[in-house]
Amino acid sequence: MKIVDDLPPGLSALDRPNSYIGRAIPRPNLQRLAQGRGQFVSDVVLPRMAHVAFLRSPYAHARIKKIATAKAEKAPGVVAVVTGAELAKVITPWVGVLTHLKGIKSAPQHAIAVERACWQGEAVCAVVAHTRAEAEDACELIEIAYEELKPVTDAETALDAKTPVIHPELGDNLTFERKYEAGEPDKGFAEADAVVETTFVFGRHTGVCVEPRAIVADWNAGEQRLTVYQGTQAPHMMQNLFAKHLGLEEHQVRVLCKDVGGSFGIKVHVYADEMAVAALSKLLQRPVKFVADRIESFVTDIHARDHRVKAKIGVKKDGTITAWEIDDLTGIGPYSVYPRTSGIEANQIVNLTGGPYRCMNYRARARVVFQNKNVMCQYRAVGHPIATAVTEELVDLAAMKIGMDPVEIRRRNLIPDDGYPCAGASGIKFEKLSHHASLAKIVAMMDYAKLRREQEELRRRGIHRGIGFAAFIEVTNPSAAFYGVGGARISSQDGATLKLDATGAVICQSGVTEQGQGAEAVMAQVVATAVGVPIERVRVITGDTDNTPYGGGTWASRAAGIGGEAGWQAGKILRANILAVAGSILQATPEALDIRSGVVVDKDSGRERIGLDEVARVAYFRPDTLPPGFQAELMATRHYVPRAWPFAFTNGIQASWLEVDVEIGTVKLLRHWCVEDCGTVINPQLVDEQIRGGVVQGIGGALFEHCIYDRDGQLVNGNMADYLVPMAAEMPDIEVGHVVTPTADSELGAKGAGEAGTAGAPAAVMNAINDALKPLGAKLLVEMPFTPERILKALGRV
Amino acid sequence: MSRAALAIALHVNGEPVRATVEARKTLVDFLREDLGLTGSHVGCEHGVCGACTVRVDGEIVRGCLMLAVQCDGARVETIEGVSDSGEIADLQDAFQRRNALQCGYCTPGMLLTAQEFLKAGAVPTRDAIREQIAGNYCRCTGYHAIVDAIEATAQARAGGRK
Repeated sequence: MKIVDDLPPGLSALDRPNSYIGRAIPRPNLQRLAQGRGQFVSDVVLPRMAHVAFLRSPYAHARIKKIATAKAEKAPGVVAVVTGAELAKVITPWVGVLTHLKGIKSAPQHAIAVERACWQGEAVCAVVAHTRAEAEDACELIEIAYEELKPVTDAETALDAKTPVIHPELGDNLTFERKYEAGEPDKGFAEADAVVETTFVFGRHTGVCVEPRAIVADWNAGEQRLTVYQGTQAPHMMQNLFAKHLGLEEHQVRVLCKDVGGSFGIKVHVYADEMAVAALSKLLQRPVKFVADRIESFVTDIHARDHRVKAKIGVKKDGTITAWEIDDLTGIGPYSVYPRTSGIEANQIVNLTGGPYRCMNYRARARVVFQNKNVMCQYRAVGHPIATAVTEELVDLAAMKIGMDPVEIRRRNLIPDDGYPCAGASGIKFEKLSHHASLAKIVAMMDYAKLRREQEELRRRGIHRGIGFAAFIEVTNPSAAFYGVGGARISSQDGATLKLDATGAVICQSGVTEQGQGAEAVMAQVVATAVGVPIERVRVITGDTDNTPYGGGTWASRAAGIGGEAGWQAGKILRANILAVAGSILQATPEALDIRSGVVVDKDSGRERIGLDEVARVAYFRPDTLPPGFQAELMATRHYVPRAWPFAFTNGIQASWLEVDVEIGTVKLLRHWCVEDCGTVINPQLVDEQIRGGVVQGIGGALFEHCIYDRDGQLVNGNMADYLVPMAAEMPDIEVGHVVTPTADSELGAKGAGEAGTAGAPAAVMNAINDALKPLGAKLLVEMPFTPERILKALGRV
Repeated sequence: MSRAALAIALHVNGEPVRATVEARKTLVDFLREDLGLTGSHVGCEHGVCGACTVRVDGEIVRGCLMLAVQCDGARVETIEGVSDSGEIADLQDAFQRRNALQCGYCTPGMLLTAQEFLKAGAVPTRDAIREQIAGNYCRCTGYHAIVDAIEATAQARAGGRK
């Protein structure tokens, strides 16, 4: 492979000379990371810093009768041994509910369990010591008397009358239920020539960030301030929650987040042990550090995707889909996770199922139940992989039933590209999508007809290959409709502050955060373009609540579309402000000037007039030479929030080409394609890499990843040797194509791209496996992950 | 027993180091905590993910599966050392230009693993590159860009030799 360097562009769609929009600019912060000079929270060391280790419940459900800490307190290096009851005097509990998820309920959750542990891995006692090793040594000396309680582990029976209720005060184990009906589903099924139904099972899996969750909390009693170094996606949200539960004002809390070793939605939630670290720092009045080890990560990082979906589709002989119906059941652990709740994934499945298609007859039910396993919450592409897999397998089944090609049935049912704006079956609103252009593009990219011929030829030689498609939609650029309207202090707006420094460089402070996706590079590209400076002259600061505008951070594919637009708007203001100063210096009309490559020029001729370094010098050091009454303003802030649409939906389609070894049940991925439409592409290389990384995470859920619990609620494969993740040797090259439909809600027109890959990949792989095995009379494979054992069972070979 | 401390002397990135370490301390914890070489990362702590990959006497090892006391008398090289020496500057440059890293946490281990392979001099196939890095877990990239960057570096180095 030859790395093709970015070429100087012509005028961009955004019509600025020297535009960086649409260019594959390498990220400026990569050399630092490639040289091992990153600043991850795991690396942070402070004076007087102590380390905490948590003793965690070995039981899924147990009453804590007695905690004997005397021996541990005397162990070498120990600073303090703190129980849940003691810590509850410092930090208040929380309840993970939102008012717009009607009826959702949960119980108060403590930073450290008080009286009762509700899942295997919940912290029940903390030891703070001079080193982590000493803290862990002392944990072994703590004696806890438990009374084992009967755990609720099976979601299917969680609501049965004879099943114990985990939180008796709630009355039952139902966290949340949503029912939805649109159009005339019964009539639709009655009019169908064929109705197909099946039950899907999705394996509980998790994010497996390479850097585990990490936090250093530093309560400075002298200034009455808490500084938290945390690997987080949402610093301002965490600032609010640390303050709220520790009884502080928000301005007494500073959250700092430099480099984060992977997040993917894992690091956007409140974790009890992280709240405990902040409380311990306040209690002990010194910095306390916690880095989850890998086993702790598996039993405490949020899990996701544990769903059982009964689903049904009606279809006419001409391929018209007449109705959809789904019934989703999910077990989310003993608490709804704070503050985003654990009802969102099921809610998204109701919202997104059938989303790419025209059929408006739709009935859905989703039930979310408590159980004694680790908590579940939002992980990359929340609900999308499930909704897409259900929808796309149903579409394939319908096609199979009426003998139609999978591409043709999609062509006949996808919402037409000229049919927008419109609403989907669940009522979600689409501004403008491009399903048909995307389908046409992927069919061309993969040379579908040729691939089908190849498949036929290979089948005759006993080689079983399959092709699977997955059309998808993705929720991006969320407005306040996602969380704000439900009462959570999670900002949907975001801000950017730009400053021309005294040498003519631009400093950008942004409320979005860098998680490795390239947010800082995108901000730099947008700001450099808007102001008119070389990108090397822009420095971006993120991840510091003391030094960035208030914002939501990075989640739901919002950083480029929302943070980027704020940067664009602020850039235009700063440019105008700079030109006002330059106009004063040059005695020219600011409107007749422009900034190009860091130099003020005549707009019409491009003649260079004055450098930004000189503008800054005059403004900062010789303001006396400017006209009386003129004040230079070389700092500008703008905020942005999507208003026209609740979400900027994107769309796309994926295809998988794979081979199943029918003797041993393994799947070899040969090729994978994705065409997606995220609107304006600010940096094509970064978008493509978001897609590729997302696809591989989706493949992980389809083929490998599974948090396996036994009947007692014990996670039996909570380590990286037994929990399989995608590694390089098993992964295919992934080809990415684009259709560009900008959103009119912002000037940039950018929508999100972070989750599209994960949304569609499991469905494409599932459909390809079933396509490969169809001629062999195999049972339909609809239970993820598709392990060799399950594939051989479907083939009737074991 | 496990808390017994032992004196060791070794070279780390060419510098002589004398230290007293607990027998139970892993090499990667020693590098990170005692020497402040935080470029080597801890991911799984049981030899699966490769984030802690460093070189000992010229061979790459898992820093979490080797004890610091086993390195008495050894030559240890970390990402900081190979960065300062310029040994992998071209590979790092290719990773940057191809965006072959996102969060960057796996990258030091990935680079050292790739460099071991590239030192052999051949231009490997993409499948061979995937096999070589199959013990290094990356959650962000999906590996495609990493394979591209390693392949491009191998081609460039081979071109340079001709």
